[in-house]
This record gives sequence, C-alpha cells and structure tokens, in this order.
Amino acid sequence: MENVLQQIGIDQYIYLAILLFCIGAFGILYRRNAIVMFMSIEIMLNAANLLLVAFSTYHEDANGQVFVFFTMAVAAAEVAIGLAILVAIYRNIGSIDIDKLKKLKG
Amino acid sequence: MSTTILLLTLIFPLVGTLINGFWGKHLSKKVSGTIATLAIAASFVTSCLFFAYIQDGEPVKVVLFEWMKFNYFSIDFGFYFDQLAALWLMFITGIGTLIHLYSTSYMSHDENFSKFFTYLNFFVFFMLILVTGSNLAMMFIGWEGVGLCSYLLIGFWYKNQDYNNAAKKAFIMNRIGDLGFLVGIFVTGYLFHTLDFIELKEQSFLAPTLGIATMAFFIAATGKSAQLPLYTWLPDAMAGPTPVSALIHAATMVTAGIFMITRLNFLFDLTPDVQHIIAIIGAVTSLVAATIALVQNDIKKVLAYSTVSQLGLMFLALGLGAYEVAVFHVITHAFFKACLFLGSGSVIHAVGGEQDMRHMGGLKKHMKITYATFFISTLAISGFPPLSGFFSKDEILLTAFHHNTVLWVVASLASILTAFYMFRLLFLTFSNKFRGTEEQEHHLHESPSAMTMPLIILAVLAAVGGLISIPGSSWLNEFLKPVIKNSATLHHHELGTTEYLLMGLAVVGALIGLMVAYFKYIKNKQVPVNDNNVSGLQKLFANKYYLDEIYMLIIVNPLNFFGSFFKKQIDGLINGVVLSFGRVPSELSYQGKKAQNGNIGLYLFAFVIGVCGLLYYLFMCY
Repeated sequence: MENVLQQIGIDQYIYLAILLFCIGAFGILYRRNAIVMFMSIEIMLNAANLLLVAFSTYHEDANGQVFVFFTMAVAAAEVAIGLAILVAIYRNIGSIDIDKLKKLKG
Repeated sequence: MSTTILLLTLIFPLVGTLINGFWGKHLSKKVSGTIATLAIAASFVTSCLFFAYIQDGEPVKVVLFEWMKFNYFSIDFGFYFDQLAALWLMFITGIGTLIHLYSTSYMSHDENFSKFFTYLNFFVFFMLILVTGSNLAMMFIGWEGVGLCSYLLIGFWYKNQDYNNAAKKAFIMNRIGDLGFLVGIFVTGYLFHTLDFIELKEQSFLAPTLGIATMAFFIAATGKSAQLPLYTWLPDAMAGPTPVSALIHAATMVTAGIFMITRLNFLFDLTPDVQHIIAIIGAVTSLVAATIALVQNDIKKVLAYSTVSQLGLMFLALGLGAYEVAVFHVITHAFFKACLFLGSGSVIHAVGGEQDMRHMGGLKKHMKITYATFFISTLAISGFPPLSGFFSKDEILLTAFHHNTVLWVVASLASILTAFYMFRLLFLTFSNKFRGTEEQEHHLHESPSAMTMPLIILAVLAAVGGLISIPGSSWLNEFLKPVIKNSATLHHHELGTTEYLLMGLAVVGALIGLMVAYFKYIKNKQVPVNDNNVSGLQKLFANKYYLDEIYMLIIVNPLNFFGSFFKKQIDGLINGVVLSFGRVPSELSYQGKKAQNGNIGLYLFAFVIGVCGLLYYLFMCY
C-alpha cells in the first residue's frame, strides 16, 4: 500500500497538530464559558491523537493507532461525565461561567 | 568460707525488699513485718558465721563479674569481706534486726506499713553493699543507695510538706558530698589506675594531686556523716519515723563516712595536711553541735545534734590517724545512740506523738523499762565508767591529748556539754511531774515488749560494749591490724599517771555536766522557756548559729535570684529568637495563600505557563 505520507509530508501533520494544540490552549485561557473550554480541551486531545496517528504511519507501527482508538473511547466517556458535571453546575448556580466558580480557594 | 553464705548476707535484705515491695499490700501487717525482720535476722546469722570465721581466717574477695573496662584498668563487680567489713556487718545487721523488730510495733498503726519495711530492708541492703564493696565504685553504689533510702524514709510521712522539705534538704546536702566522692574516685583512678581496695593499698604512693582525692573523699564524708559545713540536714532528718532516725541517722548510715576514711586509711596517711583539716573540722563540729544541743527542746533534735557531736569526735580520731579508735567509738555509739533513739521513740509513742520535752516529765513512774535503758545509755554517752562510752570517748580524748592540746580541750568541752544536755534530756523527760495535758497523762503506758526488748538488748550492749577495747589489752586493735596499713603507728597508750589523770578529768567533767543538769532541772525544777524569749549566747545556740539562714542568704537566695533572672530575661530572649524563625514560613505561606484565589482561569494560565517553561527547559537546555 502506498504510504500517504509521501503525498503530504510528516512536517505538515506536525504543524497542524501544533496549530490545533495552540488553538485549544488559547481557547482555554481566553474563554470563560465552560462548554467552550471543554471543546478546547477536546481540540488539544485531538491534536495529540493526530500526532499519534501520523507517527504511527511514519514508523509503520500499528501501536499508535491502537492507542488512539483507546484514547477516543476514553475521551468519549470523559465527555459524558464532564457534560453531566456541567449540567449539575448549571442547575446549582444558573450559569456555566467559570469565573463564578470561586468557592474553592485557600 | 563459702562465698555463697557471704553473698546470702547481701541477698536476704534484697529478698525482703522484693517481697514487701511487690506483695506487701496483700500481706497482713504481721506477715509483712515478720518477713522484713527475718530477712535482716538471717543476714545477722550469716554475718555471725563470717565474724567467727574471720577471727583467724583470711579476708574473702568475691568477684561476680567485670563491671567496666577501660583501656588501662577495669572495675570488678565484687565484694571484699575483711575484718573492717565484718565489724560493720555485725552491727548493721544486729542493730538492724532489733530496730526492725521495734518498728513492727512502733509502726503498727501506719497505713503504709509494708512500704516502710520495703524501704528499711532496701536501706540495709545498700548499707551492706557499701561496707562490702571491693572497690570505690561498688562503695559508691551503696553510698548512693543509702542516700536514696534515707531520702525516702525521711519523707515517709509525705503528706506533711515540712517533712518533704527535710527529705529534699537531706538529699541535696548529700549530693554535694557525693560530688566529692565522684571527684575522689576519678582522681584515684587517674593516679593509681585502679579502684580496688587491695590493689590501692599495695600500689598507692604519694602523688602530688593525692591531696585533692583525699580532700574530696573527706567532703563526701562531711555530707554523709553530717559534719560542718554540711551537717544541717541531719537535725531536719528527724522528720522521719523514729526507728529510721535510730537506724539510719544514728547507728549506720551516718557512720559511712568514717567507714570510708578507715577503708582508705593508707591514702589519708599519705596526706597529713588533709588529716589536720579532718581533725579540726571534727573537733569544731563536735563542739558546735554540742552547744546547739544544749538549748533544743525537741527530744529527737537533741539526740540529732548529739549524734553530730559524737560523729565529730570520731572524725577527730580519724584526723589524728587513730582509725581503730574511731571505729571503736562508731560501734559503742551505735549501741547507745540506737538505744536512746528507740527510747525516745518509746516516749513519743507513750505521750501520743508529742516531741517537745517541755510537755513531758515524770515518765519515770509510767515507763520503768524505757527509763532504765535510757538512763544506762545516757550514762554511757556521757562517758561514765565502766560503760562503753567511757572507753571509746576516753581513747579519743587521750589520742587528742597526745597530738594537740587545743583539740583535746575542744573535745573535752564537747564531752562535758554532752553530759549536761543528755542529763537535761533525761531529767526533763523522766523526772518531776508530767507537764502535758490530762488526756495524755491518762494515756501514759509502757510500750509493748516488741519495743522494750530491743531497748533492753541495746542497753546491755551499751553497758558492756566497751569491753571490746579496754585500754591496755584491746581486742579491737588487734582485730583491725590487717586493715590499717600503718599499724605500726597504732596508738598503744602506756597507761601512766597522765592517762589516769586524764581519765579522771573526763569523769569529773561528766559529773560536772550531770550536777549542773541536776541542780537546774531537778532541784530548781526549771523548764526551758520559749525560744523567742531567750537572749545572748543562748539565742545564738537556739538559732543553730544561724547557719541555715546563712546558707539561705549566700546560696539559696542568689540561686533563686539567678533562676528568676534567667527565666524572665534570658528565657524570653531565646524564646523570641526561636519564635521569629517560626514566623518566617508562617508569613510566607500567608502571602502565598493569596495566589490560591479559586479562579480557575488563573490556575490554567499558571499551568500552561508552567508546562511551556518546562518544555523550554527540557528542549533548550539539553
């Protein structure tokens, strides 16, 4: 089978992953809406997944892809729990703005 | 001689201690007292066996194991049974048995009956270790042990704070002396590389610093044997039960200093300067204590000062190198002073705890046995022939006369005063009419036989005890010859005119003391007035030369002052410094706490910055 990396180099995948990760990181830092932050986290997670898959192909080793499948499954579970928590928070304080969640301080 | 029997002498009192100490509360008073008395009596039997053996046998050394080892010498855990130890063993266990027997009756109403006998047996155990230890370190075990038991027994009636203070005073005063003992041990070990008595006797030589050792040992003896300047604890020690005063503070423990100096006679012979100091201190103590005894009104206090005075005479003899004379007086003194103390206990028992002689009198009719024994012992201590005190005291006076007339005058004066205050005690207590309350008078009775038996035995011993060393043909001097190194200098006085004259003088002196007391207290029926109403010299005596007050002023008060000064100033300073170290992290954490403001955005920001910084470090610096 022809290697897809011969059409688009590994560099491009790395750049895309870095870009996605930075978007996610800045999204976390700048947005205050919990759902958006949640999405940003997912973006960072997917950046990591993308890198895993890319390097898996590059090294012609299937392990990386197996990891990604596991990661996606775990991420799905995490999203379910995370969203449930957000719903619970919304029910309690009527908002999902994290600036309002300040009670946990020393 | 079987070593087992010798060791049993030590083990019996220990067994008695353990039985009464662990199971005493479950035993009846009768059983408890019997066990304690039997323990000492058994010890007395084995002591007698040993005493019979040593008459013409060799001293026995028993080494149980090597206790301590240094690079150039070692200390054995061993015992040395020789003639000197034999004498002490005999009278410790002998008088100890009598006093235990006496205590079973005297203490019968006390709630801590078994505790009393635990301590008393324990005391005898330590006293036996003291006299049989084969080296200075072993002797020190006994030395400390008897000090401890003395402390426990003085403060036996611990609910009275005054008694506790007296116990503490005795302990602290003794600690000063004990320090001297330790210094003496160290110097001796340093000089001769051994602490063993036999080796010391063979190897000792005049080293330049030997004087420090002997002086330190003498300081130890002034503490334990109540000499100036450390004697003040002994009169206060009368707070303990009367049998304790008789056993510990008259007959046995206070003679430990004399025993120790006699044991180390070869060292003291090498340092004549220290011997002079011992003689002078002894003579002065004997006079000072005798003058104080003149005006005391507490029956036991008189006897306590009398003990100090008699111990002073013994030290005078030691200082003059007449060790066997001092030992002789120790033995006779143990007999008559134990009898006097037990007699005073019998009196106190009869009048219901009253100790003030001004509230006694006329007890002759009610307590015939006590009176008779007390009378004999008083004659003995005053030095009337042919009772024991006459021979021993006279030998001390003779020795003093041959060395130094001034010391002889001082000692003679002390013994005349002795006759006076002892007869004052006797007359005030037993003659004339009873001066206490009517209730007490109804209560007056002779003590039970468990108390009078020891009194009778001791009175007989006080009467005939002098026979062991009659001038001219002294059994004791021959017996002690192997113990005393310079036995060539033993004082064999030729009994010439001078000696007989001196004896006569001493007897006349004692008679004068008797007569003065007789006229004052029987003919004129005087009763001592309250201490506050006396004046002049009498006031000085009544206040014990203000020695306690002087110690208070120059030692206790400055110490208290420094104590409070250090507590307030220095302690505060150190406290502040230490606390300020503690305040630094506390302040830092208080400031750092502000970063934890609960803002998740800030946390995330810090997290990202941190990860970036870490990555930068990992990628760029490696």
